[in-house]
Amino acid sequence: MSIAEAREHRASPGTTDRSGSRPKRHYGTHIFLLVMAAVWLVPLGWSVFTALRPVASTNEHGYFSVAGDFNFDNFVQAWTQGGFATYFWNSVLITVPAVLLTLFLASLMAFAVSRVNWKFNITLLIMFTAGNLLPPQVLAAPLFEMAKHFQVPYSFSDSGNMLNTYIIVIAVDTAFQMGFCTFVLSNYMKALSADLTEAALVDGAGIWRQYREIILPLCRPAFAALGTLEVIFIYNDYFWPLLFIQSGNRLPITTAINNLQGQFLNNYNLLAAGAVITVIPTLVIYLLLQRQFVAGLTLGSSKG
Amino acid sequence: MSSTARELIPPEAREPAAPVRRAKGGRVRRLSRRDKVVLSLMVGIPTLIELAMVWLPMLMSVGLSFTRWNGLDLADIRPAGTANYQFIAQDYPPFWPAVQHNMLWLLFLALIATPLGLLLAVLLDQNIRGSRIYQSIFFAPVMLSLALIGIIWQLFYQRDNGLLNFLLGTAGTPQAVDWFGDSSVNIWAVMIAATWRHAGYVMLLYLAGLKGVDPSLKEAAAIDGASAVQTFFRVVFPAMRPINIVIVVITIIESLRAFDVVYVINRGTNGLEMLSALVIQNLVGEGQVIGVGSALAVVLLVISLVPIVFYLSRTFGKENQA
Repeated sequence: MSIAEAREHRASPGTTDRSGSRPKRHYGTHIFLLVMAAVWLVPLGWSVFTALRPVASTNEHGYFSVAGDFNFDNFVQAWTQGGFATYFWNSVLITVPAVLLTLFLASLMAFAVSRVNWKFNITLLIMFTAGNLLPPQVLAAPLFEMAKHFQVPYSFSDSGNMLNTYIIVIAVDTAFQMGFCTFVLSNYMKALSADLTEAALVDGAGIWRQYREIILPLCRPAFAALGTLEVIFIYNDYFWPLLFIQSGNRLPITTAINNLQGQFLNNYNLLAAGAVITVIPTLVIYLLLQRQFVAGLTLGSSKG
Repeated sequence: MSSTARELIPPEAREPAAPVRRAKGGRVRRLSRRDKVVLSLMVGIPTLIELAMVWLPMLMSVGLSFTRWNGLDLADIRPAGTANYQFIAQDYPPFWPAVQHNMLWLLFLALIATPLGLLLAVLLDQNIRGSRIYQSIFFAPVMLSLALIGIIWQLFYQRDNGLLNFLLGTAGTPQAVDWFGDSSVNIWAVMIAATWRHAGYVMLLYLAGLKGVDPSLKEAAAIDGASAVQTFFRVVFPAMRPINIVIVVITIIESLRAFDVVYVINRGTNGLEMLSALVIQNLVGEGQVIGVGSALAVVLLVISLVPIVFYLSRTFGKENQA
């Protein structure tokens, strides 16, 4: 499916609403969907409910009550004492460079394999796509040992090697996500007319100008979709920082919540507040960029 | 790189008959020396990163699985033959439970989560009032990391203060179940939490797939007197073949990748053994047994190659023939 079709798909809920006014009755369907939606909201709803109640209230009235205060104290406490400001910043330090690098490198590769025909382009594309489908744990031991045995000056990294640095996390995230992005972008670029670059060729434009001035601007919708998706993917990545980062205060937020479980032991209100804080950025991105996100997901998985 | 760069031809020149010879003819001159350098860099840099960070480690995993090593000094790596594989199959208690749990996970996603996602998609694809709101609700968990899903469901599943025990009327009584802690039920509790996310993902993909099905197919089936159910299973579902393949692959790969949620709960022990978690247990901590961890990783790799090869041959098969 191309972006255009994805757009069509996104436009269709409008038609759904219009024809919804037709006297068509699906009582059974409605009841089922209502029940399922309610069930779906329970875990998240329970977290928000718990997070809004001070631990004193729940101790006094129990968790299964609506008595007592409701306020944002737990959020404030989690933010200040739980170190959430640091964790968030760490997430930004990893996510932003990793997403930009991934998109840049993937666009180079995608251009080369989709706009220029040469012997190994399909082989390379298969290699990139396959790499992205592996379970990351398959690569864990060698990557960990490579990072550990890669000596660098102590002025560069306080571990004396690449462990405990953001660079290794960014590099591995980039390498791992590049395959997926290359695959999606190359499909997108393949769908662009060959005449576009043909005309540029006649004008004497080199490969770089074809890439930079013709193909890249046309790929903006694909970049928007993939960028949104990758921000969420890398922000949500739990495993690579877990493997490489050893100091607790350098962890990004998704990996750090694991430690909060121990830190906030028996204060479920605080843990719930921490969980809700962690969800907020993804929900904001989802609400603002839902179209891009959905387009990205369907783009990546619609070519069969 | 230079020898391959000589064969670069623009895509419109792609013809099945004698492509190489023609490429060496007039068309090549379109690429200047500078273009070749640029193209080599465009291909070379990402390829080097991909090789160094993904393919080399994968091969090293295979290599290390035949050695004995504590991860400290490179000089200490000793050949071990197939000893690590014998060890995990015969003397490593969590191995077979982990294999079973991975299988169970796959079956649960394939038989419950995926059909549920498909059902939601089919229902929401009808002209239902509030379809978009439903879609947003079912899709919301897909935005969350699996690690966070572990925490959120922990709050729901706890023994004394969890909502589930309260709803069941067992909270505070000896019958209360610690859903994530009790090794006889926790794998089921975790799979339900995973379903919460997986079904929404499947729903989204199938909604896109259903939109792509030609409506005239459905009309033709209706004219032929097919019921709605018949139309779906005989006409619509087969027409979504490309999406079906993607869903099959995603379901298998997700079940092999199941790691974050069990690792957050208890590091993949006590009823929650998974292959991916066992790999990591052998790499971190005091007794680093890289060889054993790598052997487990290779088992995971070999199983993963089945859906990966299936998917790649489906996706790239046609292009290769062309």
